[in-house]
Amino acid sequence: MEYFLQQLINGLTLGAIYGLIAIGYTMVYGIIGMINFAHGEVYMIGAFISLITFLLLGALGITWLPLALLIVLISAMFFTAVYGWTLERIAYRPLRGSPRLTALISAIGMSIFLQNYVQILQGARVKSLPPVLPGGFTLMGHESFAVQISYLQIGIMLLTVTLMAAFSLLISRTPMGRAQRACEQDMKMAALVGIDVDRTISTTFVIGAALAAVAGMMVTLYYGVIDFYIGFLAGIKAFTAAVLGGIGSLPGAMLGGVLIGLIEVFWSAYFTIEYKDVAAFSILVLVLIFRPTGLLGRPEAEKV
Amino acid sequence: MSSPVPLASKAPAPLAAPVPVAHPGPAARKPLVSALREAAAAALIALIVAVPLVGFETVQVSSGLELRTRWTWVAIAVACVFVGRLLLTLLMQHSRRQPQTRRTAGPIARTFRDSARWLGPIAVLGALVLPLMPFSDRYILDISILVLTYIMLGWGLNIVVGLAGLLDLGYVAFYAVGAYSYALLALHFDLSFWISLPLAGMFAATFGMLLGFPVLRLRGDYLAIVTLGFGEMIRVILINWYKLTNGPNGLSGIPRPSFFGLPFAAAPVSDGGQTFSGFFNIAYSPMHRVIFLYYLILALALLTNLFTLRIRKLPIGRAWEGLREDEIACRSLGINPTNTKLTAFAIGAMFAGFAGSFFATRQGFVSPESFTFIESAIILAIVVLGGMGSQLGVVIAAIVLIGGPELVRQLEDFRMLAFGGLMVLIMIWRPRGLLAFREPTIRLLRAAAAPPGNQRG
Repeated sequence: MEYFLQQLINGLTLGAIYGLIAIGYTMVYGIIGMINFAHGEVYMIGAFISLITFLLLGALGITWLPLALLIVLISAMFFTAVYGWTLERIAYRPLRGSPRLTALISAIGMSIFLQNYVQILQGARVKSLPPVLPGGFTLMGHESFAVQISYLQIGIMLLTVTLMAAFSLLISRTPMGRAQRACEQDMKMAALVGIDVDRTISTTFVIGAALAAVAGMMVTLYYGVIDFYIGFLAGIKAFTAAVLGGIGSLPGAMLGGVLIGLIEVFWSAYFTIEYKDVAAFSILVLVLIFRPTGLLGRPEAEKV
Repeated sequence: MSSPVPLASKAPAPLAAPVPVAHPGPAARKPLVSALREAAAAALIALIVAVPLVGFETVQVSSGLELRTRWTWVAIAVACVFVGRLLLTLLMQHSRRQPQTRRTAGPIARTFRDSARWLGPIAVLGALVLPLMPFSDRYILDISILVLTYIMLGWGLNIVVGLAGLLDLGYVAFYAVGAYSYALLALHFDLSFWISLPLAGMFAATFGMLLGFPVLRLRGDYLAIVTLGFGEMIRVILINWYKLTNGPNGLSGIPRPSFFGLPFAAAPVSDGGQTFSGFFNIAYSPMHRVIFLYYLILALALLTNLFTLRIRKLPIGRAWEGLREDEIACRSLGINPTNTKLTAFAIGAMFAGFAGSFFATRQGFVSPESFTFIESAIILAIVVLGGMGSQLGVVIAAIVLIGGPELVRQLEDFRMLAFGGLMVLIMIWRPRGLLAFREPTIRLLRAAAAPPGNQRG
């Protein structure tokens, strides 16, 4: 029971991270119907920018933790958002209206480019950061096994929930969110009623990148090790999460993220750690076969 | 940063001037000023982008990570972006004056289409005589073998992506199945290359069917992500199934191919055995094997090509192309979409299996590292860059993408960077691929009498 609870906490933490990345996929897919393959790389860049900001703050002598964390958060979100914007502007905007495969290839090319860009600039070796926020609570004391929840895990979950709430409000209540939803439904019609479609799509990329940057920062703090290759697998899993939850659906992305996190953690805990990636994909295949629109997705009518 | 010209063209056009006017708005009047402004904006973005990752370098020192700064690099990057954007804007302003017909087949594609009749045979002829040329040393032949392997994989994937319109991001899985099948058959059962080759193809095709059966009912993007996941799963299994695959260390000591039983060796392997050089009474040279491998992969690739060209004229090939264009129409005509897609999937997988066993025999060593997602992406890029469904396009794209970076091997670090950048640039430059034309294989009535040469791609 204790073991189960501990894994549940770990799984939820991991799931929160996947969910934040998955939102970027699901939003972009919802609005332009394209798999933004480079999104995992954006997350990786967010992780690197957080790491660099941390080191910079350390060098400048700003060590009061709440302030440092806040600065890192803002800096990672800002710079990564600019990366997201640039990515869309360079690689996707010129291809609007082209066949879908074209944009996908461009995205894959961008993904390869960004990976190697970071590898060349920051080196191929694994970067490690000493634990920034140690300590935590012990929930259920036991001599042999104690269920622990670290401050970091609490922080990750709280931040994720806060961001999700803010983000949902942004989408459902603000004019920007309305424009976003309008473009998602019918881009041409939205343009006719005076919505700047290009800007809305850019905003989507910026928001997605900023959320991915938060995920990157969390991973940097949580695991303490990053390298230039982390974006690939995390990206695939986050996309899996988005599909699992129903692509295009925001709550679905979060739900899918949490599910993928839980599946991965429980599989490693109770079965074999080697095949945890296989488990996540097998679940995806099963879901797609029996419920092709994902858990929360609406079935799409086939138009003739 | 967004150029004002396309924005202006999106604004509702005044009724009085439905004809495209050169380009109205302030951009036309002061081209240099607007170009400068845009370049400055681009440079500002470049500055923001460059500061964190280019400006700072994380260095591992004994006490942990340390930051070093590289401001000159940032300055160079920003300057490059400024100049590049300025030139690009001026160039675009200049070229926009001329009317464009980009959406239809471009002039390059048209030239190629007209010349496809003779270009194909000439290319084959050139490939046939290449090893006999005085300039072709081992290095050139090795690159050619690599390029030909990718051409073959590209042609194989072209059946799935180009003809049947199924987006397969895990093609490398079948390549891996072929390579490992050959390696295991040759190592454990001592089967020769010529027996293992069809077996490896069959294994790969079976895998294709097993995978395809549940997932082919899904629509395009889901299929893409499931095949991607499948490709990764195969790799994870190859890494972890020590008993069979020897894990990440891979299988080594795979027998080299022999010339129909005659090994390429300086001396006979067994007593009373023959060697290739001994049988034909020529001096032994290690080049013989390379040349043999070259012709082997050339033959396999041409077989793939011939197969594709012929099957396009069979009902099944037409059904593939029909499904790509309109699935609902096909279904109402009585074509079973799942079975038809499944054949395309399995046949594509079979050719990947052939290529995989060639890969295994050429390397003499297989490990999971050779079958990463990047390989799938490269093969798919070859197909799409070449112009989907175009056989000649695959050849050109493979030469550009594989041969090009291979020639600048000394810039090892920048090779993949350039590769990724090239993919994006070619897609932006020619969104429908290098040779973007897709002639219908069959026409109605009068047009049916059109010269058959158009069918070649």
